[in-house]
Amino acid sequence: MTYQWDFTPVLANSGLLAQGLVNTLKVTGTALVCGVVLGLALALLRLSPRSYLSWPAGFVIEVFRTTPPLVQLFWFYFALPLLAGIEMTPFMAAAVTFSIQSAAFFAEVFRGGIVSIERGQWDGARAIGMTQAQALRRIVLPQAVKRMIPAFMERAIELMKTTTLVATISYADLLYAANEISQKTFRPLETFTVAALIYFVVITAFSLAARQLERRLSVSGESTVR
Amino acid sequence: MHKWDFASVFANTDALLAGAAGTLRIFALCLVLGLSLGLIVGLGRTSRSRWLYWPASAFVEFFRNTPVLVQILWFYFALPMLLPFQIGPLAAAALGISLNSAAFSAEIFRGGIQSIDPGQWDGARAIGMGWGQAMRRIILPQALKRMTPALTNRAIEIFKMSTLASAVAYVELLQQGKLIASLNFNPIEAYTAIAVIFFVFLWPLVQMTYFLERRLKRDE
Amino acid sequence: MSILGVSGLTKRFGQADVLRGLDLEVAPGERIAILGASGSGKSTLLRCLNFMEMPDSGTVTLDGKIVGRRESELIQVRQRIGMVFQQFNLFPHMTAIGNVMEGLRTVRRFPKAEAQARAEKELARVGLADKAASYPAHLSGGQKQRVAIARALAMEPELMLFDEPTSALDPELVGEVLGVIRTLADEGRTMLLVTHELGFAYHVATRVIFLADGVIHEEGTPDQVLVHPTKERTRAFLASHKEYSLQG
Repeated sequence: MTYQWDFTPVLANSGLLAQGLVNTLKVTGTALVCGVVLGLALALLRLSPRSYLSWPAGFVIEVFRTTPPLVQLFWFYFALPLLAGIEMTPFMAAAVTFSIQSAAFFAEVFRGGIVSIERGQWDGARAIGMTQAQALRRIVLPQAVKRMIPAFMERAIELMKTTTLVATISYADLLYAANEISQKTFRPLETFTVAALIYFVVITAFSLAARQLERRLSVSGESTVR
Repeated sequence: MHKWDFASVFANTDALLAGAAGTLRIFALCLVLGLSLGLIVGLGRTSRSRWLYWPASAFVEFFRNTPVLVQILWFYFALPMLLPFQIGPLAAAALGISLNSAAFSAEIFRGGIQSIDPGQWDGARAIGMGWGQAMRRIILPQALKRMTPALTNRAIEIFKMSTLASAVAYVELLQQGKLIASLNFNPIEAYTAIAVIFFVFLWPLVQMTYFLERRLKRDE
Repeated sequence: MSILGVSGLTKRFGQADVLRGLDLEVAPGERIAILGASGSGKSTLLRCLNFMEMPDSGTVTLDGKIVGRRESELIQVRQRIGMVFQQFNLFPHMTAIGNVMEGLRTVRRFPKAEAQARAEKELARVGLADKAASYPAHLSGGQKQRVAIARALAMEPELMLFDEPTSALDPELVGEVLGVIRTLADEGRTMLLVTHELGFAYHVATRVIFLADGVIHEEGTPDQVLVHPTKERTRAFLASHKEYSLQG
């Protein structure tokens, strides 16, 4: 039996796929920005010497790193709205879930970066009269961030792949669009193959760019942490 | 204020147990398939022969750079068009998760093997060992110790990925959670219970990985 | 009238009592060399003076005023006490002049031009005007330490702490750093210097302190302590450091 490939039905629906890709990037971008900000906050809380700050932060980080993202997504989409009495669109649920989830991972990246900076840097900063916050902002973070870039990029790529889960709660991302088209055209092989290739191209392009950036940074001599 | 009522969840213990069995089955399957295929591909990635290196690299790049859920749906909906038979939810999900895990663990195996001092190869060859003997008796045992934390991490990821099988209606924990939630109208308790079950399963594993990582760092 | 006073200073790390009730008065213009075996608490003493380490008990007095433990107060105190470290602790992501300007800009809120002018002056003082745009990675150990000294000087401290400033340097680079410290001594600056360079201590210090068991074991003029020590442990220490010539 030879299968007759026919991509025309897929091409006819390329607008849907494009819109799906845009939505995928929208969720990824939102979760990335919120995740980095929240992740830094979680990392600083976890590094705090006060246990009433470090313990809750540690708990949030552990829970979101340990449980499956799809379970988190379902919880935020189906359980939280009832619990809190709020309306939750699929986009909101996805944005909230993936922001917190990636924040948990970014927090560990930030923490690793910050503790990798030698104690002498804190000493040098404090000796000229800097506050803890000034030392962190001016001296420690700029060095730490540079070392964190590879781990950060890896996480961002993982995040983009994880966003496909939103298709299961009917958010019209690229995967959801592919599923729609395949049901409409009865051409699952062509649609899912095209969808997979689009993901492959976008993610590969992103990871090549990331590698390029890493190489550029490693030329200037600083070591990196995972 | 919501009144929590977990009784409606516990009333469905049988369904949850069936789900747990399904989760463990697909986890075990993907762990074995993913890691053994990963070892083969990882060895291919260390090979000097182009005929082994290039296909292995293409495999790794492709499966690392596409989302698992896309792969699962592809195997479930798309692949049967090319085959004279249907592919079940378990097979589709296991294929997607195993191939993805193989790609990631291949890089762990490659890194571990290449981290071993070349002198070890020389030493093994000097006493007359062939490539296979040296790899099995000398290189892999040493590399395995360094790779253990990363491989445990992979296992945890596989466990988490097993929930994606619910997208093709395979009976596992999350799928059963959905079922319980829709039958009893208790999504809050149902999904909270599922999340807690996963956390209880995985937390000891995660702690063990941290411990292994710390020990490895200390030893080196 | 002393510029810096220490009384009853104690510090313990876990099981180890590093400082056990140490007293010290420093008069303006004094240059005090602090000697002692490793683990005798020399560095800890310096680090307690500007509260890089919190003393467990005892007081530090600056210009007759007891220093409190509030963070804001400590920050004020650290600006008045310059510190130079064994490992330099330069900021690798900033140029030499960036390192010197950092405290002026971030802590003192100087306008950029003013901070730059002051930083250029301080770099010139340590002989590194031509290295202003270099990053620490491209400087030798001796140059790094001179930048670190310029960074401390830029804050116009009333007193300088040197914590083994030449111990991390290759022997051939020690001289240039000691030269800079000597110039500062000649300007009449108040300084406390932890060092193993006995010859340098002999020629530059106005007073030498020998620490043992977390207290001052013996002190006096360089001649008294280094040439005619009275205590057995001081003698033993000096004997074990014979390789450092007093004529340096």
